[in-house]
Amino acid sequence: MRLLSPKQAQRMAIGILGLATFAILSVLVFIIGFVLNKGLPVVSWAFLSEAPSDMGRAGGIFPILITTLLLPLLALAVAMPLGVGTAVYLAEYTRETRMTRIIRFGTDCLAGVPSILFGLFGFIFFVVMLGFGWSLLSGSLTLAIMVLPTLIRTSEEAIRTVPDAYREVSCSMGATRWQTVWRVILPNALPGIATGVMLSIGRCIGETAAVIFTAGSVLGRHVPSSLFDSSRTMAVHFYLLAREGISNEYAYGTAAVMILAVLMVNLVAYWMMHAFIRRRAR
Amino acid sequence: MKRIDEIIARPLLAAIAFSALASLLLIAVFILKEGLPFMARIGFRDFLGSSDWQPQEGHFGIFPMIVASLGVTLGAMAIGAPLGIAGAIFLCEFVPRPVMRTVKPAIELLAGIPSVVFGFLGVMVLAPLVRTHFGGPGLSLLTAAIILGIMVLPTVTSISADAIMAVPGAFREGALALGATRWQSVYMVILKAARSGIIASVILAMGRAIGETMAVIMVAGNTVRVPHSALDPVCTLTAKIAMEMASASGLHRQSLFAIGVVLFVVIMILNALAMTAIRSRKGASS
Amino acid sequence: MNTMLKVSALLMVAFLCAVGCGGRKEAVTLAGSTAFQPFAEKLADQYMSQHPGATVSVQGGGSTVGIQSALQGTVQIGMADLVQLPADAKTLTATVVARDGVAIIVHPSNAITNLTTDQVRDIFNGKITNWKMVGGADHSITVVSREAGSGTRSSFEQIVGGVHLSASALVQDSNGTIRETVANDPNAMGYLSHGLLNKNIRDVPVDGFACTTANVSGGRYKLVRPVFFLTRSDVSSAARDFMAFVLSDVGQEQIRKDGLLSAK
Repeated sequence: MRLLSPKQAQRMAIGILGLATFAILSVLVFIIGFVLNKGLPVVSWAFLSEAPSDMGRAGGIFPILITTLLLPLLALAVAMPLGVGTAVYLAEYTRETRMTRIIRFGTDCLAGVPSILFGLFGFIFFVVMLGFGWSLLSGSLTLAIMVLPTLIRTSEEAIRTVPDAYREVSCSMGATRWQTVWRVILPNALPGIATGVMLSIGRCIGETAAVIFTAGSVLGRHVPSSLFDSSRTMAVHFYLLAREGISNEYAYGTAAVMILAVLMVNLVAYWMMHAFIRRRAR
Repeated sequence: MKRIDEIIARPLLAAIAFSALASLLLIAVFILKEGLPFMARIGFRDFLGSSDWQPQEGHFGIFPMIVASLGVTLGAMAIGAPLGIAGAIFLCEFVPRPVMRTVKPAIELLAGIPSVVFGFLGVMVLAPLVRTHFGGPGLSLLTAAIILGIMVLPTVTSISADAIMAVPGAFREGALALGATRWQSVYMVILKAARSGIIASVILAMGRAIGETMAVIMVAGNTVRVPHSALDPVCTLTAKIAMEMASASGLHRQSLFAIGVVLFVVIMILNALAMTAIRSRKGASS
Repeated sequence: MNTMLKVSALLMVAFLCAVGCGGRKEAVTLAGSTAFQPFAEKLADQYMSQHPGATVSVQGGGSTVGIQSALQGTVQIGMADLVQLPADAKTLTATVVARDGVAIIVHPSNAITNLTTDQVRDIFNGKITNWKMVGGADHSITVVSREAGSGTRSSFEQIVGGVHLSASALVQDSNGTIRETVANDPNAMGYLSHGLLNKNIRDVPVDGFACTTANVSGGRYKLVRPVFFLTRSDVSSAARDFMAFVLSDVGQEQIRKDGLLSAK
């Protein structure tokens, strides 16, 4: 490249790279701005607290909000003990063997499996075969299996970053392995585990493919009162409103609430991760 | 005398680990058990190579959908990878650290936006643009590739940025001390050092693009036909599963699991590639 | 910190118990035809306001989903709007609750005034590819169809006859989505349940007759299909009550008011 001096080449490179970064940021700003611009005017206390009516053209999204909160909570109620317990077992109670490497490869793979496959499995297994029908139960169990690999992975990483010194000191004071885990390691790994939990919640909120085929898409007036009730999450509601042209206005409103919720969850996760890193540095 | 919690801790945790792994294994086995016999019965060549998808008549050729998934993914990476890597380089090397620390999480926010929002914006904004300026129905491979490209941007940017940041400062300082401009230090030294991390980010993004369902259903047109141009509507593997899942029964349902097996295998290969890339990076820099 | 953890854990458990203790109520569940789904939801709303304590929940998915989920017992009532029910639905009891026309729709800017049944068939088969071949503007036709499991699609294809869907047709998975796709594309053509017509699309008269309630009930418009409620023999009494409501004068009046035809 003798045509340009290094300085000129650098200026051109900075220009092109800056343009690319600008493009990325403008897409981000456009998407969030567009949705919030069209959706926020619709969002009001009434919108958040009323039940939907006329197929979603009027009323609010209260039962849908509750379902969107419930599903990840239920999923985590199952996945957290399983995930953290597995991570503890793999990190503290086993040695690094071929088996653990295979398990780690398997969980990494499953973390990358498309959510539609979880939806397919959940539909055939929970909805049809086990007879749970389209219900919160089917939905939350499917979501639990979906977030389990990520939880195992992030929890194991968080546990592994707890310095060995902690373990040695705890042992030298006479603690059993379980006491060390419960009183020393887990509290110290908590921010890392919490980050994984927050990320899983964020994923569940935005998840549509796995949810629509398992939890169903019933638009009810009432908050689901039983695990066997079917209901919609915000993502499903938005999808159906938008796709079927029922109400673009309310679709944008739902999308605005959804984006704000995910933003909040991501912010909390990011803040937690930083608290974690700051703690490590101390 | 051992404490009670020590006695039960190990077996209990082992049981928890076992049941967690068993449930993960369950889904893998389930999909394979339903899909593999089907593929064996229909024959790999007919399944993967035929373009005739007529479940009611017993024809299950998924070739158009394989082409669609590949096309959409490669198109998405053609857009997302260069932009994402360029953005990562710019943020890490040519921008003050505090600015990078605010902008990088902002880009990662894009990753949190639900895919159906992208899909809807694709239908309302992008598809009409494609239809008026390029022709065709607007719902097409091109539209899907663009939307997916935007969706994988945060993955590529974030992981590439991490890889670039992980390059030791000594590499940069050494290059600059030898008289290189910052840009020269980037493309001669840093990019080579961060190469495996950047490749891993692209591969992971590919995995995400292949697996995307909802946004693709909304913008790709869902036509089961090998596309003649990027403006033709297409149906990806994931979209086909989603659209026929609830109404399929018997052999048809098994065929959807077989498509799942194909997706599974592709993701596993991509994951293995990404991990060898990451491992070679760790080996090289240690 | 420890007490906070314990308290929040207890609160979560209590919350989850409250949710789970609803138990398996006598809910009436329906799934199936996306064309009839909005009407079923309105009827469900009406039924629930008249019978507090009853729960009727409605999902879509298409007529085949309705048949499959009724057969498997996933739902109590399957909704299917097919001209002819498939063989595996023979074990189910089919009750006609309404009748519905299938309109041919185009974008409002499309000026086409009439299409013959043959022209409709040829367009969907891919033989006629340009609007100018049927008297419209010079632009290629974008055909939009439903997925294979749709009742609207099989009714349409069975009545028109000889339809082998063109390989270049777009596929969407519900009536509403077809309506949206056609409303957004000046060159598109699709089919839509008569009850879902709105001002965002135009319905094209077939063989000289528009898809209006008068023409459908008078037999002049040929694309008509019945809407079935499919039930197993072990259907719950709550579901039977709901079905009775739908077939009652009140229910049928509501159906007529919303734009469909009553069962008789």
